[in-house]
Amino acid sequence: MRYKGMRTAGLMLAIVMFFSVMAKAQDETIKIGILHSLSGTMAISETTLKDTILMMIAEQNKKGGLLGKKLEAVVVDPASNWPLFAEKAQELLEKDKVAVVFGCWTSVSRKSVLPVFEKDDGLLFYPVQYEGEESSKNVIYTGAAPNQQAIPAVEYLMNEVGVKRWVLEGTDYVYPRTTNKILEAFLLAKGVKPEDISINYTPFGYSDWQARVAAIKKFGSAGKKNAVVSTINGDANVPFYKELGNQKISAEDIPVMAFSVGEEELSGVDTKPLVGHLAAWNYFESINTPANKAFIQQWHTFIKNPKRTTNDPMEASYIGFNLWVKAVQKAGTTDVEKVLAVLPGTETPNLTGSMAKVLPNHHITKPVYIGEIRADGQFDVVWKTPGTVPGEAWSRYLPSDKDITADWVTLKCGNYNKATKTCSGQNYK
Amino acid sequence: MKKHFLWLGVQWLFFLLLCASRSAFPLYAQSSSDANFLVSLGQLRDASFDDKEKIIDQLAQSGHPSVRAVLTAFVEDRLYYRNQDQKIFIARQGAEDAPTLNLLDPITLKGAGSASSDNLSRILANNHLRRVLQTTLARYGLSSPDASIRLESVQDMEKDLDEENVQLLRQRISVETDPAVKKEIASALALDSLGSSDAQARLAAVSTLRGSLRQDVLNKLEAMTEKSPDGSFVEVNEQVRQAAAAAAKSITRRRAFYSGIETLFFGLSLGSVLVLIAIGLAITFGVMGVINMAHGELMMIGAYTTYVVQVAMPGHGETSILVAIPAAFLVAALIGILIERTIIRFLYGRPLETLLATFGVSLILQQLVRSIFTALNRSVETPAWMSGTLQLNDALSITYNRLYIVIFTLLVFAALLVVLKYTRMGLEIRAVSQNRAMAKAMGIRSEWVDAMTFGLGSGIAGLAGVALSQLTNVNPNLGQSYIIDSFLVVVFGGVGNLWGSMTGGMSMGIVNELLEPYAGAVLAKIFVLIALILFIQVRPRGLFPPTGRASENQ
Repeated sequence: MRYKGMRTAGLMLAIVMFFSVMAKAQDETIKIGILHSLSGTMAISETTLKDTILMMIAEQNKKGGLLGKKLEAVVVDPASNWPLFAEKAQELLEKDKVAVVFGCWTSVSRKSVLPVFEKDDGLLFYPVQYEGEESSKNVIYTGAAPNQQAIPAVEYLMNEVGVKRWVLEGTDYVYPRTTNKILEAFLLAKGVKPEDISINYTPFGYSDWQARVAAIKKFGSAGKKNAVVSTINGDANVPFYKELGNQKISAEDIPVMAFSVGEEELSGVDTKPLVGHLAAWNYFESINTPANKAFIQQWHTFIKNPKRTTNDPMEASYIGFNLWVKAVQKAGTTDVEKVLAVLPGTETPNLTGSMAKVLPNHHITKPVYIGEIRADGQFDVVWKTPGTVPGEAWSRYLPSDKDITADWVTLKCGNYNKATKTCSGQNYK
Repeated sequence: MKKHFLWLGVQWLFFLLLCASRSAFPLYAQSSSDANFLVSLGQLRDASFDDKEKIIDQLAQSGHPSVRAVLTAFVEDRLYYRNQDQKIFIARQGAEDAPTLNLLDPITLKGAGSASSDNLSRILANNHLRRVLQTTLARYGLSSPDASIRLESVQDMEKDLDEENVQLLRQRISVETDPAVKKEIASALALDSLGSSDAQARLAAVSTLRGSLRQDVLNKLEAMTEKSPDGSFVEVNEQVRQAAAAAAKSITRRRAFYSGIETLFFGLSLGSVLVLIAIGLAITFGVMGVINMAHGELMMIGAYTTYVVQVAMPGHGETSILVAIPAAFLVAALIGILIERTIIRFLYGRPLETLLATFGVSLILQQLVRSIFTALNRSVETPAWMSGTLQLNDALSITYNRLYIVIFTLLVFAALLVVLKYTRMGLEIRAVSQNRAMAKAMGIRSEWVDAMTFGLGSGIAGLAGVALSQLTNVNPNLGQSYIIDSFLVVVFGGVGNLWGSMTGGMSMGIVNELLEPYAGAVLAKIFVLIALILFIQVRPRGLFPPTGRASENQ
C-alpha cells in the first residue's frame, strides 16, 4: 500500500515536472491570436483567413521562427457572434497573453472588439476592406479603405464605361450604408443628378431577388448607361447573381460592380452567365507575378486541395503578418507599444508586385484593380491604378469627415479635427 | 499611345498598298492578304482595349474568310497566343474545361496541335469590346439560314444603330421571309427613322412603333413630346407630336398592365417557395403537433443531396436534378424517421422540450454538414432547361427556374393531398391525428404511423431543399434562413390544414411582392409580420382553423 502510494506520488511529481517543463517550453514561444469565426454565417469567409495565418506561422517557423523563438497559434472561435468576439478577444489578450491578433471580418465584429484592444493595449491586424471612418491606435487596417476600392471603382465606371445612372444596391448594415453615403456624396459632387441615383437595401441572406432585379432592369432602361454598384454581402450574392443571369441582364447592358464578391464567393456559383460583371479589389488570384504564383502554390500545398482559390482578404492577411514580422524584427521585441512605434513606415512586398507600407493613420498603401468575371470564376484585370493608393481613414467627400485626419506618429490621434485642432472620438485621451 | 496609332496607321497604309497591288500580282494575292490578316491579328497581343477596338474594325473590313471564326473565338475567350513564338491561335474549347487546349490555325482553321494552357496567354476582351464584337458578328448572323439567329442578330444590331447597320437592315428586310424577323427589322428601321428630317417618315415610324411594348421605344417617343430648354418642342411637327404622345400613352398603359402580371407572378413564385417549405411542417407541426426546429436542416440536407447526386453523376447536369428529387426525399425522410425514433417519440406532449431537443438536433446537423462539406458554398448547377427566361412579349418575361418551382410546388402539393386522402397510410395518419386512442383500438400501430408521418413531413422538407438549391446558396446555414418563414405560414394558414398553408403561403408571397417596390425589402417584411401578428390576435387559429371534434383535442 505504502509502496503504491509512493508510486502515485512519484507519478504525480513526474506529471507536475512535465507540465512545468511544458510551461517553460511555452515561454519560449511567441503566441499569436487568431480571431476568426469557424462556425456560423461568417465561417464561409473567415475559416480561410484562419488557415492563411496558420500557413504563414508554419512558414515562419520553418525559417527559424522570430527573435529565436517559435511562433505558436492560439485559435479561438467567436462563432459569428458579435459580443462573443469581444469575449474571445479579452480571453486572447488577458488569459493567453498573445503578442498580436489577426482577426475579424465584419465591421460589427471589429467595432465589438475595439474597446477590448484599446483597454488591454493589444494589437489587431484587420484584413478586410471596410467603410473607413475609423483609426485606432491598436489596429492596423490592411484591407482597403473606401478610397482604395469604392471610389476608384466608381471613377472607372464613370470615366471608362461612361455610366450616367447608378443603382447602389446593398445589404442593410453599417458597411454598405456608410460606403453608399460616401459614394452618393461623391456622385453628387461629380454632377450626377439625384434622380439618376437609386439606393436600395435588402436584409442579410436575402434570396428573393426577382422583383429587385426587375426593378434594376427597369431603372436601367431609361436610355442612359446604367450600372449597379453592389455592396451586397455574404450569402445574398449567390441568388442575386443567379437572378441576374436568369433575367438575362448581361454585363454589356448593365454591369454590376461588386465590392464584396471575390474568387471565394464565386466558387459556389455557376459563373457562365456572369461573364463581364465587375469587381474592385486590391488583389486578384489571376494576377501573374512570381510572388503570387509562389503564394498560390504554397496555399495549395498547405490546404492539400489544388482547387482552392485565393482572394483579396487572404492577401491582406499575408501582408499583415509580414508587416508584423518585420516590425518585430525592427523593434527587437513583441512588446505592443514598441511594435506600434515602428510599424508606421514599415514596408513589405504585396503579392502583385508593389510595396505595402504602413501609413501614420494605420492604413496601408495598396494598388486598386478592376476585374471582369470570366467563365471559370476567376477575374481578368481590365484596369488598375498607375501606382499604389494610400489608404484614407476619413473620406474627403463626406462633409462631416472633411476636416478630420488620423495620425499616430505626430498627432497621436485617430480622429483629429484640423479646423478646431482638437482630438476627439476613439482613443481620446 | 500616340506612337502606337502612328504605327497602326503605317501598317494600315501598308495594307492598302498591298490591296492595291493585288491586281498587279494576282498570284500572291491570297497569301499577302493572309499575311496582313496575321499582322493585324498579331497586334491584338498587347494593344490597349481602345486599340483592340480599332483592330477588330480592321479585321472585319479585311473580308478575310476566317474573320468570323476569329472574332467568335475572341468574344468567347478562346483566342490565345503562344508564349514562346507569340503566334495567335484559336482554342477549340475554353481553358476551364481542360488544362491542355487543342489549337486551330487562325488562317486555315485547321488543327495546329495542342498546348498546355500554361504556355498560352489569352487575349483579353472587356465588356465594351464584347459589345463591339457582338454587333460586328451580328452582321454575319443576318444572313444565317436559322431564323432565331437572324432575330438575335437584328436585336444585337439595334443596340448600335449606326449608318452601316441601318443600311444592312434595309437590304435585309426586302429579302427576309420570316415574319418575326421582318417585324423586328421594321421596328428597328422605324426607330432609326424617328430621327429622320422628313415629317412624313417620322409619322410613319410612329405608327409602326405604336404596337411596340419596348422601353427604348417608349423613351424615344416620350423624348419627342418633351420641350427643349428654350421652350420649343423637340418635335416640331404638331401632327407627329400628337401621334407620338398617343403612342407613348398606349405603350405605357399596356406596359403597366404587364408589369402588374409580372408582380403577380413574382408573388406566386415567392409564395410557392413559402408553401413548399411549409407543407412539410404543416404535417409534422400541424398534424402531429411536434415543433420541429430541425425542419430547416432537413431542407438543407435535401439541398446537399442534390449536390451529392450532381457530383456522383458527372456529365449528366441536365438530368441529375430529376434523380435528386426522389433521392432527397428518401434521405431527408430517413433522417427524419431517425430523429423521431431516437428523440421525439420520448417527448410527445411536451412541446417545450421537443422544441429545445429539435433545436439541438438542428445545430448538430449543421455542424455535421459543416464538418463533412466545409462551410463553403457548394455550387449546384442549374440545368439549361431551367435557366433563362420565357419571353412572352417585350414587357413580360418569366424566368424558367421560378416557373418550374411553381409547377413543382403544385405537383408536390397535389401528391400530398392524394397520399393523405386516398392511401391507407394517409387514412391512418388522419385517424391517429384525430383520435389516437380510438385509432389504436382499431388496430392501427400508432407508433409506426408517427414515424411514417414524421418521415413524410421530413421527406417533403427534402424536396423543398432540391428547389432551394436552384435559388440560393447551398451551405450549412440554408435551413436557418427559412425556418421562421415556414412556421409563419403554418400558423397563418391554420394548424393542421394543408389548404391553409397553401393559401397562407401564396397570399404572404403576393402581399410581400406588392409592398416591396414601395416599402423596400426590409420594411415589406416588417409590414407582413405586423399584419400577421394582428391577424393572429383576431383569429388565433389561423385562416382555416381545425373544426369539429379534432379541434377539441388540441
